[in-house]
Amino acid sequence: MTEDETATPPGARLAADPRLPADLRLIEALADGLPLTSHPYAELGRSLGLSEAEVLERLRRLLAEGVISRLGVIVRHHELGYRANAMVVWDVPDELVAGIGQRMAAFSFVTLCYQRRRSPPLWPYNLFCMIHGRERPTVLTQVETLTHSCGLLDVPRQILFSRRRFKQRGAWYGAGSVATVAECA
Amino acid sequence: MEDLERHLLDDFQRDFPLTPTPFADMAQRLGVDEAKVLETLRVLKAEGKITRVGAVVRPGAVGASTLAAMAVPEARLVEVAEMVSTYPEVNHNYQREHELNLWFVITTPSQERLQAVLTDIRDRCRCPLISLPMERSYRLDLGFGLAWT
Repeated sequence: MTEDETATPPGARLAADPRLPADLRLIEALADGLPLTSHPYAELGRSLGLSEAEVLERLRRLLAEGVISRLGVIVRHHELGYRANAMVVWDVPDELVAGIGQRMAAFSFVTLCYQRRRSPPLWPYNLFCMIHGRERPTVLTQVETLTHSCGLLDVPRQILFSRRRFKQRGAWYGAGSVATVAECA
Repeated sequence: MEDLERHLLDDFQRDFPLTPTPFADMAQRLGVDEAKVLETLRVLKAEGKITRVGAVVRPGAVGASTLAAMAVPEARLVEVAEMVSTYPEVNHNYQREHELNLWFVITTPSQERLQAVLTDIRDRCRCPLISLPMERSYRLDLGFGLAWT
């Protein structure tokens, strides 16, 4: 359900967008968390000098444009019993990475999947996926499923389970508040 | 876990109501009253099961960001991790099982600021540091399907 073929390189699309400042303030104010009150959008708008209708209209547009990838309840995996959190990385030939990434993303147990720039010699890996599971053996089985299904048996791979979480919260753009970027570690 | 909690955790990770009274609308769908929805969400937040009801921004859509990793000697890990966490630009910070053992996401308004934060962290920690900016996303964060047991 989630292959995103329209993904653009970071920063390429909106950097010159003149609408950004107001939208940015809204995103930041919102991502700090909607107030848990009867009229949360009106309350959000009051702090930004926007009417409730303007807030709703802007949010609809930001969602439609894909600037906001989702609006809703943001859960903490660990507290809900998903304690086996693996970042799996592969060193895939550049010409194959898009096809393999899209195939990988179709597996329901893959929470996030993306390509990142390599940083040799320490880090030759370019394809990343995140799997959040309850038990480590299940996650390892899922990694083997991915490896076989995507033809990656001979591709260098690492599995990095998380140990301690030192910080998890929304991102911060410098306007005094926070937003969550879908770029989870 | 109560049914209501499950529904609130599962059913509203995306497509949250964009209406003047979203919590009342959720309550109507779930057959409870608005006060119960608000109270349950407050409890879930207090228990740490949700961080908030909010927005997830697509990587690269706003500002600049990267995933960074450092190889920190075990004896210094907590100290270095806590120092990294003090940066408001750092939003996720995890220990992982690898020689590169500290992984964190940096998000800033601009590319210049991003580079400045990376340089600052590298200078202060004096550990090998790599930066792995995203080039393409194949699966965005569209919520997380919870399998109840």
